[in-house]
This record gives sequence, C-alpha cells and structure tokens, in this order.
Amino acid sequence: MAGMKNFLSTRGGIIGVGAVIGVLAAVLQKLGNPGNMGVCVACFERDIAGALGLHRAGVVQYIRPEIIGFVLGALAAAFLFREFKPRGGSATLTRFVLGMLAMIGALVFLGCPWRAWLRLAAGDGNAIFGLLGLIAGIWVGTFFLRGGYDLGRSQPTYKGAGLILALIMLGLFALRILHPPLPAEPKSGVLFYSLEGPGSMYAPLIVSLAAGLLIGFLAQRSRFCTMGAFRDLILFKQPHLFFGVASLGVFAFLTNLLLGQFNPGFSGQPVAHTMGVWNFMGMVLAGLAFALAGGCPGRQLFMAGEGDCDAAVFVLGMIVGGGLSHNFGMASSPSGVGPHGIAGVVIGIAACLYIGLTMRKKPV
Amino acid sequence: MATTVDARGFSCPQPVMMTLQGIKTSGENSLLILVDTETSKENVSRAAVSRGWKVARIEEEGDEFRITITKE
Repeated sequence: MAGMKNFLSTRGGIIGVGAVIGVLAAVLQKLGNPGNMGVCVACFERDIAGALGLHRAGVVQYIRPEIIGFVLGALAAAFLFREFKPRGGSATLTRFVLGMLAMIGALVFLGCPWRAWLRLAAGDGNAIFGLLGLIAGIWVGTFFLRGGYDLGRSQPTYKGAGLILALIMLGLFALRILHPPLPAEPKSGVLFYSLEGPGSMYAPLIVSLAAGLLIGFLAQRSRFCTMGAFRDLILFKQPHLFFGVASLGVFAFLTNLLLGQFNPGFSGQPVAHTMGVWNFMGMVLAGLAFALAGGCPGRQLFMAGEGDCDAAVFVLGMIVGGGLSHNFGMASSPSGVGPHGIAGVVIGIAACLYIGLTMRKKPV
Repeated sequence: MATTVDARGFSCPQPVMMTLQGIKTSGENSLLILVDTETSKENVSRAAVSRGWKVARIEEEGDEFRITITKE
C-alpha cells in the first residue's frame, strides 16, 4: 500500500520547506554567518576543506556545523520514515569528478545555487548572472539526458556502507568539539581556523547545528533540490521543485527586509565580484555538473544521509575540489576571478561535455 | 499483462523519463513501473498524473514499489 501520505512532498509541503530554509538562512547570517551566506553548501564544504588543511587560504577555514547537520538530519528522517536504503556503485569515479568540477565552477561565481538565491534575496545583482548561468548549465544537461545520458543503476549495499558519510560528519563534529576555535590562534589541535574573512564569521555552534539538522530533516522528506527545480521545468514542464526554491528566495528576501539585510546593488556586495561573464560561466559549469550528477549540492548531502554512497562520493569530490580550487588559484575573490579561474571553467566545461557525450546508452 | 518499466536502481530524473517514454510508446492503457525508492515512487506518480494518467495501485514488496498506472 502507498502508506502514510508524505505531506512535505506535496506542493504546500515543499513551499513550506523553502520558506523555512529562506528564513533560517537570513537568521543564520544575522547570528554571525558571512554576508549573504546564511547557508551555502559549496562555500561551507570549501571552508571544511580549509579547516582540514586541504587548502591553505587563510580566510576560508571552518568546520561548518550546517553541513554536518544536513547529513545527520536527513539520516534521522530517513530512519524515522523507513527510507534509509544503502545503495551505491553507479559510476562512482565519474561522480567524484563531477563533484570536483561543480565546486570549481561554484567558486568562480562564489556560491552554490542556494547562495545564488540568497545573494539575489539580499539585493546582490551579480547573482542574476549566476542564476542565468545555472539555468543555462542545467539546460545543456537536459540535452544529454534526452540523448540517453545516464550513469547506470545503483545496487543495494551494506548498511555499514550507507552510514560512512554520516560517520565522517560525526568525526568532523568531534574534531570541532575537541579543538574549538581559540582567540587569535590560527590553529587549534589539528584544525585550521580563520582569524579574518568569511571563515572567521559563524553563528553559534549549537544554532548552526540545529538549523542544519532541521533543514536536513525537512529537505530529505520534501526532496528539495535547487538543480531539479530548473531541470524538471525544462525537461518535464513540472514546476513542483521550483516552488520550493522560489519560496526560499521570497522568504529570504522578506526576512532580509525585516532584519535590515537587503542592500540592492552590484558593487561592494559581500563575498562577491562584479565580473558578470564569469559569474555566468562559473555557474554554467556548476549547473551542468549538478545536472549530470542528478542533484544540487544540498540534495547530494540529503541523499548521502539516506544511504546513497554515490551521492556521498560526489560530496567528497566537492570537498577535494574546494581544496584544488584554492590551491590552484581557480577560486574567485571579491576583487575578481582567480589567476586560473578562467582556465578552470573552460577545462571543467570540456570535461563535463566529455562525460555527457560518452556516458550514454544509445546514440542521439 | 501490462508493459513493465524497470526503473529500479535509477535516481531522478531517469524513472520519470522512463515512465513518460513508456506512456508515449507502449500504446497500452496500463503500465507497471518498478522503482526502489520512496522519492521515485512520488516522482513517477506525480508525472503520470500530470500526463492525465491515474495511479491505480501501488504495491510494496520488500524494498521495491510496483506502481500500476492506467490511462483515464
């Protein structure tokens, strides 16, 4: 039988979830998270890479509890509603590479699709180029999907395997507790901390973790996805997921207005640059990589919480990609793209096209 | 016996694409779709309804769902 009706996956449900995320993101910013970065999956995974020393960009190093909460909240929901299904083995290496490429693109724009909406909702006009790029990248991805692109079936696997990313997240949380930030110290135990810049800005630990857990729980139930929102519109004319992200944008905007965080303009926006073409192209790369991998960076965390080892591999690819982006000078800064950001985008798009063209069952 | 679409092991959007392909090409008034996640079950049901089909029956067998959709 169909079982209990899942309210959160109805239209009203996903609009409600988008609203909760929008409000919480704006509030997290108010409570200390960086500007227009109440929640950003790409930025926060990059900060985790920095805290672990996978890159040494001093301004972006912090174990972000929101990311930990996303995975564990989704895990809790999956267990509670009997949706924890350990699975894996679908084009694992390809997904790792797609995660890296998505991160390289997102860090040229300076944000994942979640932050693109939050930046727009705070008045950052540069986000328009990013969102248009995201749509363009997903649009290209739908051509591959229509042409038979697919990464193959996953297989059921051991429960223990399905729990690995959650255990890694618990490990990161343990490190954060054992080695808390120390005043004016760039290192605490094995962890690196930022003394200035976005990495030094964070909401209280318990607030960040609680918000992450709540969002993870709700997003797992509602299947919230910022890539699927546009993909389903383009591919199926199905607006269901789009209502979720639109609601996120609207409620983040309203909360920003209330909290005095709405500052319209292009220049001087927090953690943003004004190079429109590369804001656009960075998100073309990210959007295409998310489309080929079947989910936005948030959705990958939630699926990993459900026991999807392939999504977990994508997450690890993103974290490694964050390290690479900064080590190779591909990540942007408020002054503009990095010295090798353009090369990263060009090579990244070429790599996505290679994946899209070669991994399909039937010729077009 | 209805045409069967086996979408087990696939994640979105494949199960929906396979369902819509089945609706388009089978020429029958009934389709059986096999999926193995709650998400795919919801997505396939939503897609069928949006194409004017009806979800006639959903059977849960172990870790799988057998969804029967019929043309209105």
